[in-house]
Amino acid sequence: MLNVIVFGLIALIVVATALAMLLTRKPIFSVLFLVLNFASVALLYLILGAPFIAFAQITVYAGAIMVLFLFVIMLLGAERAGFIEPLKGQRWIALILAVVFLVLVSILIMGNLLDLPSLHKPDVDFGAPVDIGVLLFENYTLPFLIISVILLVSTIGAVVLSKDMQPVKNVQVVHLDEVTTSGEEEE
Amino acid sequence: MPPVAYFLGLSAVMFMLGFLGVVLRRNALIIFMSLELMFNAANLTFVTFASFYHNINGQLFVFFVMAIAAAEVAIGLALIVKIFRAKHQIDVDQMSSLKG
Amino acid sequence: MNLSEVQTVSPLFNLVPLVVLFPVLGLLLNLIFGSRMKEKTIGILASAASGGAFVVSVILAFALSQHHEAVSVFMADWITIGELSLAWTFRVDTLSAVMMLTVSGVGTLIHIYAIGYMHDDVRHNGDPGRFRRFFVFFNLFIAAMLILVTADNYLMLFVGWEGVGLCSYLLIGFWYDKGKDGIGNAQAGKKAFIVNRIGDFGLLIALFIMFGAFGTLQFDAVFEQAPAAAGGVILAITLFMLLGVTGKSAQLPLYVWLPDAMAGPTPVSALIYAATMVTAGVYLVARSAALYMLVPAAQDVVMWVGALTAFFAATIAVGQFDIKKVLAYSTISQLGFMVAAVGMGAFVAGMFHLVTHAFFKALLFLSAGSVIQGVERGEHHTGHGEGHAELDPQDMRYMGGLQKQMPLTFRVYLVGALALSGIVPLAGFFSKDEILAAANEKSIFIFVLLALAAFLTAFYMGRQLLMVFFGKARTEAAAHATESPSVMTTPLVILAVLSVFGGALNLPGVHSLGHWLEHSIEQGLEVEFVWMVALISLALAFLALIISWTIYGRRSLGKPENSDPLQEKLGSLFIALNQKWWVDEIYEALIIKPIRYFSDEVLAKWFDQEVIDGSVNDIGGLAKTLARAVNHFENGYVRTYALSILMGAVLILGYLILK
Repeated sequence: MLNVIVFGLIALIVVATALAMLLTRKPIFSVLFLVLNFASVALLYLILGAPFIAFAQITVYAGAIMVLFLFVIMLLGAERAGFIEPLKGQRWIALILAVVFLVLVSILIMGNLLDLPSLHKPDVDFGAPVDIGVLLFENYTLPFLIISVILLVSTIGAVVLSKDMQPVKNVQVVHLDEVTTSGEEEE
Repeated sequence: MPPVAYFLGLSAVMFMLGFLGVVLRRNALIIFMSLELMFNAANLTFVTFASFYHNINGQLFVFFVMAIAAAEVAIGLALIVKIFRAKHQIDVDQMSSLKG
Repeated sequence: MNLSEVQTVSPLFNLVPLVVLFPVLGLLLNLIFGSRMKEKTIGILASAASGGAFVVSVILAFALSQHHEAVSVFMADWITIGELSLAWTFRVDTLSAVMMLTVSGVGTLIHIYAIGYMHDDVRHNGDPGRFRRFFVFFNLFIAAMLILVTADNYLMLFVGWEGVGLCSYLLIGFWYDKGKDGIGNAQAGKKAFIVNRIGDFGLLIALFIMFGAFGTLQFDAVFEQAPAAAGGVILAITLFMLLGVTGKSAQLPLYVWLPDAMAGPTPVSALIYAATMVTAGVYLVARSAALYMLVPAAQDVVMWVGALTAFFAATIAVGQFDIKKVLAYSTISQLGFMVAAVGMGAFVAGMFHLVTHAFFKALLFLSAGSVIQGVERGEHHTGHGEGHAELDPQDMRYMGGLQKQMPLTFRVYLVGALALSGIVPLAGFFSKDEILAAANEKSIFIFVLLALAAFLTAFYMGRQLLMVFFGKARTEAAAHATESPSVMTTPLVILAVLSVFGGALNLPGVHSLGHWLEHSIEQGLEVEFVWMVALISLALAFLALIISWTIYGRRSLGKPENSDPLQEKLGSLFIALNQKWWVDEIYEALIIKPIRYFSDEVLAKWFDQEVIDGSVNDIGGLAKTLARAVNHFENGYVRTYALSILMGAVLILGYLILK
């Protein structure tokens, strides 16, 4: 019973912060609310017996990704968007679809999954980093390597994208035997 | 332990909220963050079932998802920065060159 | 059904394809090499081709005289679809032999005449290069007509039928750039073709019904199955066939093209409208005798159509001034006689008159051509001071006294006119008398109509003779007319001889033609020579000639501008006759104008533009509207796209969950 109450509280925080992230006008607040959200979800992961994942969540999501967002917001100067929705019917359709979606999921859950038993309390070493590591390097080697390549590519991509590409002016063709002083180049 | 259904329900709500954020907000950064929310919802489902079936593969998958999300955020934010430099705003409604 | 009985009782029968191939060869040679040949060569080649066909016809007739039954000579398979098989098979029997001889014989004579006539005509009209074209068409016509008469099934007959219709169009419009307003001749050709088309439509319907009922178009097969068919079927076939006959043989109500067809050169009028093409309808009825004998109702219709036409056309001929128009209406009238005869069941009488009429009508037309060219020569002689366009060389009012100027033409014309009027012992007497005797047996009304028509025939021929050849020349041109060259007059003499002695073909009591034709068609009405009828017809003819002399011959007719003496007596009736009872005008108002209006206003303007164009435009508009509606979704906003993705996902999810 206590579990359910704890779960309920955490769930409440999750939903509340998510809503707050959506509704607030200033992007900086959105980021902070989202950080709170991630933290709560990490708590949920702990409940579910996934310690490694929980800490990875805090480190990667809340620690790295959100910080990136903060930097960008700082760079761009958060502007405010107007309240009026320019697209006709967008809000209504979206809300209706959201409700429909929830209804469908609840039908699904109540139809098939209510009779599932409650989750067992996880073993103390379930979800240990060691186990995950072993699994990762033994069974999922290829995806692991691919992930590393993806990360490399994204890094390079980010660098390339943010380079300022201005046209090259005043290019002087410099012959090696005429080099006296370094020619002036601009990137 | 709460039943599985509660976790799944929470996950669905998170997903829906994330989606509403994508559709209803015009600031590109907020949209992006909502996208992260949706990822999280999926992660929660994975972990729930990993715990339910006592199978650690589900958690491993979450690991992958996180890695990919990180890569995606890097690129996505770089793009947003570039767009901002070009148009000096990040209102996605202003980027409607695909019209027609 | 394909009846390829090649009964080679005599191998001579296999020569029959040549009867068509000779003219085709002639026309091909003229077509390909004609531009390099001299005029004389072209003419001789064409006449030789036609003559060759005649020689083959004679040979075939000879072979038939030994073996009287019909022979089918298979030439080629034309259509073979499943069970349907229609072949090109020639039929040599006594009826087709008669037609072959007439067509090729008279045709060859006219070819020879045309060499001389066209030599002058192309120069008169200013285009010597067209000489070759004329003979190409002429040979084509002979070929088509011979296909028609030698056909062994209705389909080949129809091929020939259409072929002669085409040649008629081509030859009427031979001087296509001349005529009223520069297109008069072409319009006459068009009229002939279109009116004939209505008749052809009737014939086609008859063929369709025939094929549907019997599954074959071959003569023998059809006639075998005919008695077993339901009554209405045969009636329908014969009546629709009658429509074709009225078109091709110029009966009421489709005769209107023939007078206009006089716009073609005179040899064309002689060949096509006197001797051959127009007799195709009579031939068709004679050939289908077995069918007509089964439905007396249809026979009566044919008979009445023929008799009424005979009388009606004869009245119009009385009031015409153009020498060729008189002969044209006379042809329609005589065709009426023939059609009435075959309608009565007196097939032999009809065929007899067909042959004799070919002789003397061709003679009359060719002589008329000679007269016209004589007057043209006279006009040329006097110089063009009078104004070339004013003098119509075909108008009889501008002639007169040609007896002295063109004696040979006069003599042969006299023979032809007397033969047509039915004066004993010329050919026309015997043939016409046989028809009148048959009418006497059949119905008194028909007899009266035909007798009146005969009376009028003699009257208008007398009128024509008197206006053209007797009295004093009424114009300078007529006074200086000269005789035609011998290349033209020789065929005339030959035809005159045939007109005199042609009666021997079927003398009463001997009935040579009757016995000859017995092998092909059963005689419906046996006709015996009746003295009463013969005397009445002779008396009427003489009476008519005398009356015409009193009106036209006794006093000089004076200047051409004077009104016709008959007009003073008949007044407005004469005007009606001269205006051909305004039939063309009535057709124009009742039929042609509404059709034109319908085509122009209703079909062209409303249906085509509004309905068809409109619906196509509306479909285009619909596509545009749809596109515009769908365009909404492509507004370039990322969020809309995202929303549609979600919508799709929710829908699929819903489907999967709710299944």
